[in-house]
Amino acid sequence: MDVLMLSRVQFAVTCMFHFIFVPLTLGLSIMIAWMETRYVATGDEMWLRMTKFWGKLFLINFALGVVTGITMEFQFGMNWAEYSRYVGDIFGAPLAIEATVAFFMESVFIGLWIFGWDKVSKKVHLMSIWLVAIATNLSGLWILLANGWMQHPVGYVLRNNRAEMVDFTALITNPYGLIKFGHQIVSGYTVAAFFVMGISAWHLLRKNEMSFFKRSFRQAAFFGLVSSLLVAVIGDSHAVEIAKVQPAKFAAMESIWETQKGAGMNMLLFPNENLECNAIERLCVPNMVSMLAFHDAKAEVKGLKDFPRDERPPVLPVFLSFRAMVGLGTYFILASALAVFLSFRKNLEEYRFFLTVLLFSIPLPYIANQLGWIVAEVGRQPWIVYGVLKTAAGVSKNLTSMQVAVSLAGFTMLYGLLGTIDIYLLGKYAKLGPDTDLSGIINVQGRD
Amino acid sequence: MEANAYQIIWFILWGVLWGAYFMLDGFVLGTGFMSGFLAKNDTERRVLINTVGPVWDGNEVWLVTAGGVTFAAFPTTYALMFSNLYTALLLLLFALIVRGVSFEFRGKMDSSGWKSGWDIAITISSFLPALLFGVAFGNIFKGIPMRNDFATATFGYDGSLLTLLNPYGLLTGVLFVMLFAVHGSLYAAIKTTGGLSDRAAKMANKLWLPLLVVAVAFLGYSYPATGLYSNYLASPLLAVIPVIAVASLLLVKLFASKGRLHMAFLFSCLTIAFVCFTGVAGLFPNLIPSSLDPLSNLTIYNSSSSPYTLKLMAGVALVFVPIVISYKIWVYRIFRGRVTDEEVLGNHEAY
Ligand code: HDD
Ligand code: HEM
Ligand code: HEM
Repeated sequence: MDVLMLSRVQFAVTCMFHFIFVPLTLGLSIMIAWMETRYVATGDEMWLRMTKFWGKLFLINFALGVVTGITMEFQFGMNWAEYSRYVGDIFGAPLAIEATVAFFMESVFIGLWIFGWDKVSKKVHLMSIWLVAIATNLSGLWILLANGWMQHPVGYVLRNNRAEMVDFTALITNPYGLIKFGHQIVSGYTVAAFFVMGISAWHLLRKNEMSFFKRSFRQAAFFGLVSSLLVAVIGDSHAVEIAKVQPAKFAAMESIWETQKGAGMNMLLFPNENLECNAIERLCVPNMVSMLAFHDAKAEVKGLKDFPRDERPPVLPVFLSFRAMVGLGTYFILASALAVFLSFRKNLEEYRFFLTVLLFSIPLPYIANQLGWIVAEVGRQPWIVYGVLKTAAGVSKNLTSMQVAVSLAGFTMLYGLLGTIDIYLLGKYAKLGPDTDLSGIINVQGRD
Repeated sequence: MEANAYQIIWFILWGVLWGAYFMLDGFVLGTGFMSGFLAKNDTERRVLINTVGPVWDGNEVWLVTAGGVTFAAFPTTYALMFSNLYTALLLLLFALIVRGVSFEFRGKMDSSGWKSGWDIAITISSFLPALLFGVAFGNIFKGIPMRNDFATATFGYDGSLLTLLNPYGLLTGVLFVMLFAVHGSLYAAIKTTGGLSDRAAKMANKLWLPLLVVAVAFLGYSYPATGLYSNYLASPLLAVIPVIAVASLLLVKLFASKGRLHMAFLFSCLTIAFVCFTGVAGLFPNLIPSSLDPLSNLTIYNSSSSPYTLKLMAGVALVFVPIVISYKIWVYRIFRGRVTDEEVLGNHEAY
């Protein structure tokens, strides 16, 4: 493989690995902040134990989110030097803002939260977890505005051999970036909700700490229902935006080859890229795609054949990932609605089958997240900045394939090892259940 | 070429960010790789890790910010610095990754094999960044073998990891290691109690003389090896920067030998920041000189962002950096006391 291909694989591997940990951080920080808020408001010790138990899992996850993020920050320069030079004027700004505005806040207050239980008042301690939650979500905003700009570049001119920023307001009001942010944070909340529901289900199946886990379960079920509904609604407007600004990606998502008015959606569909058509097309809902994309049954949808072959993204991965993501999204809505309903039953623990299903659903929102990124990033190919710079033109020129092969192997091994340890520890502490040693809890209740 | 004020402002901020990073992560790295020499048992190890526990991530963010700011303000420098030094940075990344997870993972299992494994990881992953940052900055002071043509945006580099391991680069690496070793020992001394604290203070005193020797060698060798002195010869007023660095280094010893460790630590902070500023001020207006041809130097003129971006980012920095500094000081004050054995053993959250 050449430097380009290796760098792409390396970027994908490191990014997707970073993104195993980020969504849980986004959602769980908010859930924990809510638990601690309830504790401070009611003084009910159960909320404190919940804060601590879920907080421990949060921190194990958080550590890897942080260290894998540093790789991301350096990699633009290391592997995508031409890209960085070309768009740094505009792309670098949100990254630098993210660090100054969000990362400092997050890292300083997480320290205060972990070590400050007996050093600050309850209110200040509570404030610190809210600041962490706000900062993590804020960091998502800036990085997604940066990514949104790569997807739909705005507010720049081409000058002096590069893209220069002329309108910062356009960058931060870029609808593509904002929709992405909206869709992204609620999909993170979905991950956290199913994480908490799944672990609670495990304990309920074993009749451990029933009231503790029933309460956790109910909170997560509500959170999950609201967020998975929002994921779908915002996801739909995401698709509308894509149909407008990245028609080639949209055509690949729906695997539409011929430009047509009133495009229908085939429930059974399988693309054949070589023959530029679909091998299977069955169960067509008429006008559905036009309706979804333009909210107009007769609207024209551009087909892939209207784009030169070298400006089309790989169809199969984009199409399949999109379908699977939407399918999973539908499942999350149904599952969390049922969970909300059952969480009001006194005998929740007797729905053993459903609890087992929820336990095994823990990985699904993670998978949906990864699939979403495949749609977004692979669908953008061959562009690194849509319509402005090709991926092939963005790669560093002074690297050898040997160098990148070694670094890719290194990342894969190191990340594989750390990921395994992390998941093992998460499992260990999740199964251990909450601390029962109340003296420890009384000790650390904080000053008033 | 005409410099605009923002290019100069960003050059200064760039230097300040690196200085702040070295000063702050310096003691975390130093405590990390010295912990093996200072701690006698598992509890003492834990105490040391917990002295940096609340602050290490916040300190590391200065590096993320320095990287981000290089990207936003000097994109060409960001691109070439990071791609030309690829393998060195890769090692640095691996080390920083391992260091971060070690803190979190070490206490998570009750097996002595597990713990001593992470202890080794902490030592290596704290030592390596200290050395690598020194080697990298030594080479930046000296210039790296690149040939750039800015008119056509073509850039070339003919070096490798081995090119960086020249005597001057290595000397700077040793300088950083020594600076951080003293810095970290002083930090450990003021943040712990009893025998551990005494041992750390002794260690700082003992390492000071070798540090002085390396520092003198560095200052001397910089004259033939780099172009850093030319700025100082051209505008002698600038010499206050290295003078502060050297004076602080002497004051470290003065206070440390009297047992006034907080003052010694404070001056150790100043020493590190001003060693960094000494190099950066010598570079101006270059960010990274070329060792092959002065026209290939990366300067604030040929590698900066547009005035629009620089101005915007200056606004952001002006508003947010003071906020960041205020809450950081506030949190440091909350954790100002010493970390004791009882505290670490009694706290479920401690590392
Ligand atoms: C729990 C995770 C999850 C779920 C259930 C869904 N998504 Fe999603 N989706 C994501 C998680 C995600 C993501 C990881 O957050 C992505 C990747 C890139 C991005 O910004 O968000 C994404 C991207 C993404 C994109 C491509 C964005 C781009 O190309 O820039 C579209 C069009 C949708 N989503 C639409 C949907 C629709 C219509 C869904 C119906 C239910 C849906 N998503 C469910
Ligand atoms: C701000 C956020 C992001 C930016 C700026 C970004 C940028 C990039 C860049 C520069 C590449 C390499 C060029 C290419 O091959 O397309 C890439 C590829 C890729 N990224 Fe992202 N990315 C971001 C977020 C993510 C995240 C969070 C994930 C995954 C969880 C992800 C998944 C991928 C994948 C799968 C590829 C490979 C696509 C391919 O090679 O065909 N990206 N992205
Ligand atoms: C590809 C571009 C990306 C870069 C350069 C990047 C950079 C970073 C860095 C440097 C950190 C560590 C901060 C620290 O030391 O505390 C980090 C952590 C984090 N990043 Fe990313 N990141 C990227 C993609 C994303 C995306 C797409 C999101 C969210 C939507 C995201 C959300 C977060 C969050 C929430 C954290 C906090 C730590 C954690 O989640 O465990 N990042 N990132």
